[in-house]
Formats: sequence, C-alpha cells, structure tokens
Amino acid sequence: MTTRTMGKSLRVTMGETISEAANTNDRIVVLDGDTGSSTRTDIFEAAHRDRFFQVGIAEMNMFGMAAGMATVGLIPIVSTFSAFVVSRAHDAIRVLIAQPKANVKIMAGYAGLLAGSTGKTHLLFDDVSIMRAMAYMTVIAPGDEIETRAAINAGLEYDGPIYYRLTRPNSPIILPDDYEFVIGKTVTMREGSDVTVFSTGTHTARALTAAEILADEGIDVHLVHVPTIKPLDVGEIVAAAQRTGLVVTTEEGTVVGGLGGAIAETLSQQSPLPMKIHGISDIFGESGPDEALLEKYGLAPAHVADVIRDHVKAHE
Amino acid sequence: MTQTLTYTPAELAEYARQIRVEILKAVRHAGAGHVGGPLSAADMLATLYFGVMNVDPENPADPDRDRFVLSKGHSSIALYSTLALRGYFPVDELKTFDAVNSRLQGHPDQTVTPGVDMSSGSLGLGFAGSLGIALGARAAHKDFTTYVMLGDGECNEGIVWEGAHVAARYGLDNIVALVDHNKLQQFGWTGETLDERISPYLGDQLADRWRAFDWNVIEIDGHDVPAILAALEEAKAVTGEPVAIIAHTVKGKGVSFMENRPEWHSKVPSDEQMAAAMKELGEPEGGAA
Repeated sequence: MTTRTMGKSLRVTMGETISEAANTNDRIVVLDGDTGSSTRTDIFEAAHRDRFFQVGIAEMNMFGMAAGMATVGLIPIVSTFSAFVVSRAHDAIRVLIAQPKANVKIMAGYAGLLAGSTGKTHLLFDDVSIMRAMAYMTVIAPGDEIETRAAINAGLEYDGPIYYRLTRPNSPIILPDDYEFVIGKTVTMREGSDVTVFSTGTHTARALTAAEILADEGIDVHLVHVPTIKPLDVGEIVAAAQRTGLVVTTEEGTVVGGLGGAIAETLSQQSPLPMKIHGISDIFGESGPDEALLEKYGLAPAHVADVIRDHVKAHE
Repeated sequence: MTQTLTYTPAELAEYARQIRVEILKAVRHAGAGHVGGPLSAADMLATLYFGVMNVDPENPADPDRDRFVLSKGHSSIALYSTLALRGYFPVDELKTFDAVNSRLQGHPDQTVTPGVDMSSGSLGLGFAGSLGIALGARAAHKDFTTYVMLGDGECNEGIVWEGAHVAARYGLDNIVALVDHNKLQQFGWTGETLDERISPYLGDQLADRWRAFDWNVIEIDGHDVPAILAALEEAKAVTGEPVAIIAHTVKGKGVSFMENRPEWHSKVPSDEQMAAAMKELGEPEGGAA
C-alpha cells in the first residue's frame, strides 16, 4: 500500500492561508468566538491584530455582526466549532448570511467525529446535511492541507457565503502540489472499473487506503473525491457512477442527508443504480482517542473496505 | 449626494402624522400587518429620516450614507411608509405591502427594498447586524453613523445582550440604538387579570439593563419630536461608548382606540374604525383608500 505523507491539520492551514491572503487583501477581517487558539485563527491575529475581532462566546451575535460587516464591503471570516456554527447560530446564518448572499466565509472547525475528546455536545454529524439544505449556501469539505489552501483562496474570489468543513487532526496529503481547486468540481483520485466510490473531506484519505486494500484483493475501485458538496458536480457524478454501475458513498458524517443523501438525490433521478450509503449511523457521538472513535464508529479504512467489498459481492 | 434635511420640529411631526396615515392605509389595503408597533415608532422614524440621517434616496447604496436598521422588523410598514415619503420609492407602492413579488415584504428584506440596510424580523438579528455595520465602518475607515431601532419585547432575546456587551467592549460610538419602549408585545405578560397585559420590563428595568451593559442611556418621550432631536444630537457628541435612547412610547400612538390596546399589535381596521382613525389623524378623506 502507498504510504502517504502526513500533512498539517486543516485548521492550521486555514489560519495560515487567511493570514497570507490578508497581506494583499485589506477587506479581510476575522471574527472569533473565543476558539481562535483551537480553530487557529490565532495565526491570523498574530499577523493582523487590527483586523481580528474577538466577539466572545456568543455565536449568534458573531454571525449577525459578520453579516453587517459584509454590507460595508469587508470579507468577514468567522470561525468556531462546527456544532456552534450550525446548530447554535443557524438562525443568524439563515437570515443574515444565506438569504442576502452575504460575502461571509464560515470556517467550521472540529467537524466530524474527531474533535479532540470533546464528546457529544461538540460533535455534529449532520452539519453537511443541514448546511447543504440551506439555500444559497456553498458547502466545501477539503481533503488535505493542499486543498484547504486552494479552496480558501478560491472562496475569497467568490462573492457569497461558504461553509468550510474543517477537521481537527493532522491529515495525510492526498493531492499534488500543483492541484487546482474549482468550486463545484470533483476530483478523480483513482480510476477503476468495478465500483464507484464517492467520498469527501479528510475521510477521502481513508477511502483511498480502502481502495488500495481492495485492489490487492482484485476489486478495482473508481474513487471520486467530492470537496464541494453544494453545488454538486452533477455531470461528473452521474458519469462516474455509470462508469461502473455500482455506487458506494462514504463520509465522516451522518448517513442522513449528507454526501450520500446528495448523491442519492442526484442518481435516483438521473441514473438509478445500486447504492450503499456509508457513514455514521443515526446516533450521537462520544469522546475518546481518534483511533478508538474511528474503530467504534466504523470509519477506519478497513471498515470502508468491508462496506465496499460487501456491496460489490452483493451485486456480482 | 447624501444630505441631511433641515425641517422644523413641527414639520417633522407632520411627516410623522403622514407616516401614521400611510401605515393604516397600507395595512388595510393588504388586509394584514402590524399596527401598534409601527404607530409607536413613527415619530422617531420621521425625525431620523427627515431631520437627522445623512442619506440619498436617489442613491440608496451610497457607501458613505448613514445606516438605519429596523431590528424590530415587525414594524416594517412604518419603515416602508417613511422611505416612500422620503422618496426611495413611490408612495403608491405601499399598496403592494405584503403581496407576492412585492419589494415590500412582511419583514424588511435588504435584497429587494431600496433603503433597507439590513434584513430583520427574526428578533435580535438586526441588532447584531447593525453592530457589525458599525464595527465594520470603523475597520473600513468610514465615518457614517448607524442607527438601529429595537422593540422592548425584542429585548427579551438573548442575542440583544450578546451584542450589547460586544458594542460596549469595543466602545462603539458610531452606533445609536433607539429602543421603542411601548410596554406591550404580541401576547404579553399577564397582569392582574387575563385581560390585562403588562410591560416586559417594569419601572426602570429596561433602561437599567442597558446601563448595566455600559451603554450611555438617554431616556425620552418617544413622541416628543424636539426631545428626539435633542437626544440624537446628544448621542452624536458621545465618544467612547455606545448610546441607547430609551424612548417611552405608546403602542398604537395617534389613534385613541388603538393606544395601549394589545389587540392592535396586528389587526386590520374595519370600515368604521378606519374612518374614525383617519379623522383622528386629520385625514377625513383618507379612509377611502
């Protein structure tokens, strides 16, 4: 199996990227809800103290203020944990950011299952489901540090709200140095003929390892990384699914309405194919070491391989 | 070009009267809408738009204009009536209030209505947005003033106090909050009997809340135009802290049988009520609309 280089965490890359961007873009401001030392907007604060605004542990107000700042031509970047973005501040984001298409970039940290021993209050498995259901919202889950940097820089060129799903741990590098990110485009990670697998975010590294496990067994996986969950790359998703005629989605999030839901909505209407949706089942989480959580919640590469193998065998 | 108009207090009071007339006509035409809150806000809106704010109806997006956010978005028809009379759009367009495809939606929508600086209606959000405008103005080196109007019922929302803390912490002296303390809300707090509804904040509680959050509080009669003018003038001179004008008002102000009556929070006047209201507002022919 390929050994991948361990890269930085998405949160560190986010802090570095927005800080660098602000060197040449004086419209960028950052609002922090007292999580900057975790979500790593502290990197921005160190370089641009005059454009870093601590607004305290009050997320609804923070997102409302960001919307107001956008109306005077600034590009507010707002960061806190995904749970407090999506469920606590939902109303402010819906009314003041999504509805007016405010140019606010939301950096949702500690997304997914691995949130540093915080447990169920801080774990939000349905963030993708909720945010992609919000009209006018773009939803991006980068796969590694290279894609995080590219996706944030692309987002700063886009005039409108974006939800970035950023995971906490250091993540393996899965994309090449010369990678070019385009909002709304998928990335073919591996060409194959037996089954098409769609994955998103840093979980794609696990899907890639799963595909390599299966290759050794003679199962040829076509793996497509979907960094932009909304808007979905419908054409490429249908084409990739039809290529093998068999589909598995896998994600570090709930099986209810996330990436799997988005792809099911597309394929069921455009090209119905046997499909398996893999992710976290309809439950809440808990605290624990990353590896133990991945094992218990069925997200380790071996689990992903099991799911894909079972789906292939069932349709032989 | 943005400019501040220079009307006398009597002329401003006349605009307030016209705003009240248009509020009732529009609600009656739409067959729906809020009445009590819009009527309590009319004198402050007239004073802001015709006497204080530096704006240009011909160029509603002028980056240097003063901003106004009606955080108590349920009183949208009061703002629309004011904007129409100020020249942002034809007064006749008020007939489209609340209609499908109208620019004058039930609650203010910054994406469609000229002159609406921030969407509002989910209570408390407009206030947060207005604080962002004010802090953003500072970050963008802009010199304008942001005015925001809240309801007293709206002050029940936790987000108001989240924002009040942040504004004081940043010493935001380019924002003025006008709190329409009309002592009633939609259903309200039960009084001695079920028929009686009492204020969400008793005695000095509301002003004390804002003082406790380190806002510079000015208390006035929110229907006394010279007092509103003086308070806004005083607010402009304050530096280093945000100002909250606690405006003691009467819900339904201007129409005797609507004043202090909870049921007129949102209710459409009948033919007889409309005729009586127009007569009281000095427009005996106005009920025909």
